[in-house]
Amino acid sequence: MNADAISINHYLMLSAVLFAIGVAGVLTRRNAIVVFMCIELMLNSVNLTLCAFSSYLGNSAGQVLVFFVMAVAAAEAAVGLAIVISLFRNKQTVNIDEINILKW
Amino acid sequence: MLFQRNPVMSAMCLIANFFCIASLYLLLKAQFLAVIQVVVYTGAIMVLVVFVIMLLNLGEEQKLSEKLGAAKVLGFALGLGFIAEMAYLFSVSGQNDMALSGQAEMIGSVEGIGSALFGKYLLPFEITSLLLLAAMVGAVILAKKKI
Repeated sequence: MNADAISINHYLMLSAVLFAIGVAGVLTRRNAIVVFMCIELMLNSVNLTLCAFSSYLGNSAGQVLVFFVMAVAAAEAAVGLAIVISLFRNKQTVNIDEINILKW
Repeated sequence: MLFQRNPVMSAMCLIANFFCIASLYLLLKAQFLAVIQVVVYTGAIMVLVVFVIMLLNLGEEQKLSEKLGAAKVLGFALGLGFIAEMAYLFSVSGQNDMALSGQAEMIGSVEGIGSALFGKYLLPFEITSLLLLAAMVGAVILAKKKI
């Protein structure tokens, strides 16, 4: 099967499934770092959708947007992991059920 | 990656996943994005994540959920609902045999992305650099000894 036989529907389906896996992970896992990785997975599935539309419709805006999403994901990774480290330093845990200092 | 108790194994599965997505970008004739995916995601972000996991010396999660049965059930129900919704949409929309655009090869090359990035999208590109600077300052401040 050559690459032309793959329609855009397949890419959209795959990225929907990836996004659903990411949502399920965010809602079920308790480890802050794993939740963080699931968010990265969701960003990636959206990137795949954007890139598929960009390639199939012949418009470069989608791929430029994927580039910006990657830049935002990198910034988010740096800040998010710094937050996790300072949380662990103060609370000795990364379990998000035990981190409730914003709740009163 | 969802069902791994150990965060390191979860991270390894995610890295494999990123490589697969990079190969899909190659199929979509987006060479620049495929390379960037491998370099930025697996090369930078996941190395950072694995480094933090090792640094915190996390054990395995005790159970995937102890007392939060309701949240777990809700999460899986919402995920399955989303998949079902998508399946319904795709079944309704029917098969479209749209071929890959002829311009895809030109768009996905480094030249195409670069001319779009530095031509039409110059202002967002510069704002992205500001965002990265802000993230860098924030990470340094958060990682200081005492906050």
